[in-house]
Amino acid sequence: MYTQAMDTQGPEARKAVRTAEEAVLQERFDERIDAGEFIEAKDWMPEDYRKTLIRQISQHAHSEIVGMLPEGNWVTRAPTLKRKAILLAKIQDEGGHGLYLYSAAETLGISRDQMFEALHSGKAKYSSIFNYPTLSWADVGVIGWLVDGAAIMNQVPICRCSYAPYARAMIRICREESFHQRQGYDALLTMMREGTDGQRAMVQDAVNRWWWPSIMMFGPHDADSPNSAQGMRWGIKRVSNDDLRQKFVDAAVEQAKVLGVTLPDPDLKWNDERGHWDFGAIDWSEFWAVVGGNGPCNKERLATRVRAWEEGRWVREAALAHARKQPSKQEAA
Amino acid sequence: MTSITLKPSAEVRYVLRLADAALILSQRLSEWCGHAPVLEEDIALTNMALDLVGQSRALLTHAGQLHARAGGPSYDEDQWAFLREERDFFNPTICELPNSADDAAHVRSRPGDFAFTVLRNLMVATWLKQAWTRLAQSTDPEIAAIAAKALKEARYHQQHNGDWVVRLGDGTEESRARMQRALQRLWPYVSELFEDDAIDEAAAAAGLGPRSSELREAWDAEITAVLAEATMSVPGQSPFRSTGRRGVHSEHMGYLLAEMQSLQRAHPGTVW
Amino acid sequence: MSAQQEWPLWEVFVRSRAGLDHKHCGSLHAPDAAMAIQMAREVYTRRQEGSSVWVVKASDITASDPRDKDMYFDPMEDKVYRHPTFYKLPDAVDHM
Repeated sequence: MYTQAMDTQGPEARKAVRTAEEAVLQERFDERIDAGEFIEAKDWMPEDYRKTLIRQISQHAHSEIVGMLPEGNWVTRAPTLKRKAILLAKIQDEGGHGLYLYSAAETLGISRDQMFEALHSGKAKYSSIFNYPTLSWADVGVIGWLVDGAAIMNQVPICRCSYAPYARAMIRICREESFHQRQGYDALLTMMREGTDGQRAMVQDAVNRWWWPSIMMFGPHDADSPNSAQGMRWGIKRVSNDDLRQKFVDAAVEQAKVLGVTLPDPDLKWNDERGHWDFGAIDWSEFWAVVGGNGPCNKERLATRVRAWEEGRWVREAALAHARKQPSKQEAA
Repeated sequence: MTSITLKPSAEVRYVLRLADAALILSQRLSEWCGHAPVLEEDIALTNMALDLVGQSRALLTHAGQLHARAGGPSYDEDQWAFLREERDFFNPTICELPNSADDAAHVRSRPGDFAFTVLRNLMVATWLKQAWTRLAQSTDPEIAAIAAKALKEARYHQQHNGDWVVRLGDGTEESRARMQRALQRLWPYVSELFEDDAIDEAAAAAGLGPRSSELREAWDAEITAVLAEATMSVPGQSPFRSTGRRGVHSEHMGYLLAEMQSLQRAHPGTVW
Repeated sequence: MSAQQEWPLWEVFVRSRAGLDHKHCGSLHAPDAAMAIQMAREVYTRRQEGSSVWVVKASDITASDPRDKDMYFDPMEDKVYRHPTFYKLPDAVDHM
């Protein structure tokens, strides 16, 4: 659900190809990629390809898990039972999506515990959008509309990713995803069309806070993304950051009109020549500050995940201890 | 928004006891979102919360119809959930207790205590399972239909949480100690589930559903079996009595409702 | 946390309804088989009735080596007599 172009690490140092056999394998691999074939878990792959995928898939998974928190913040305060049920289902889906992605990453030779270790120590990132606070019920609707909307745009191309376990996980995720965006938009539409002035103001305020962070979800401009080209070469990345971002803005402007909200960008203007909406300059200093750990909620989000993991240790250990006590059929590791 | 008021109808109160049990326990389980010891269990706890919300919605909607028959307004599920005063909620107290590990915790703690959570889930699910089994024969066809569906969910909740109680009771020394503490804290709240009063008598007389006491024997047998497998022993009886089913709650209930009802109270009479 | 302390990995196979095959859907971690089945139900059959779920410890699965693909699978291409279309039958009995 919540990918973000994670091109914020430096380019991987490319190991020099050592043997003739490896050169042949590399050539066959490149041919398969160019032919649009799928790579499965046990196939030969360049080490960089494997590492890049582990990083991207695991960070995608982390994003789903951390993404449960800003919405979880409102589930006990949902204003109707129907909205509560919908939100619970959505949060649950996100947990499930994280799980599918951790599973996909594990096929590449990393364990889930290792991935959590990387997240908790700060080595691994998650989508920076979740470092923003949910301050009103309207935030929940806006997250569905804009954040899920951006995520869907990022995600659909990955269904054709060259690495098959990731592609399969994405297909499963995309199938479940469409209701996420629709429920958010539906909640906003109700407030805007049938609600009070107070509700309308709540929605506009939420849009004002979430708009720019949402378009930052597509990552830096392609010119500033050193890993984009390699990702494209390997069939992991199919569409550029800027193309996805433009597509998102074009859709959102129309959706905002239907809602009756104003997007907080005075430079938004239809460009007849390009056939797209021009939009204002993104404040990249904010983006890098948040990615670097200084967004509004980075510390709280991470601390919450670390605490859940640490305080749950005795539970995981007990389950293993119990399994090991059973006669051989039920044994664990 | 001014709170809604209730007509004194035994039938309505009988149904609200179950509806509120599901609603309030669901609220406590929702607090676990994103905080469970393992991702798979985050999904499982949220699933149970979702099932319980569904059960409460069906029952609350029906309570509205029964209320109309008693001469009152046919309140909808949201009016029941968000506009009642604490004194008009009839869940047993066990459902409203915080998910915490110790008696001094007053407000929502995250993450909660997993031993307390799964044991409470087991106790309530086992009780609801007995109730749904009997209610599937209710003279009220709507209740019978709700019960038939809810029974499947309760059976699963009982199995899943029972398996956890066994693994934690018979896991490590630490997990057994925590489970033992949870058992000591929860046991006094059990009696309330099986006490009869005039509401029970009226329901039994109308064929609406069983008296509370009729569910005790089966409940005891199943819980004792699980606790035995978990290598734990049933605590002794206590003179402590909780009174949530009468609308007289613990101090935890006020905070739970303040949180749950806050938006509707802040924005009266609108749609969401 | 050491590898010894991790819950084992299980692969999950779901038959969505009677008459179909079990299909591999993904994996999850669980301490034992009973929990694995329950978790599989929670995670992989939320949206549709799964009529049957299998869980297999990932370490119990033996997989063919893709490098031996030529050895295991290509010989099948030569043996055309295994395909029903190889046999030309009179039209009257060709519905077999």
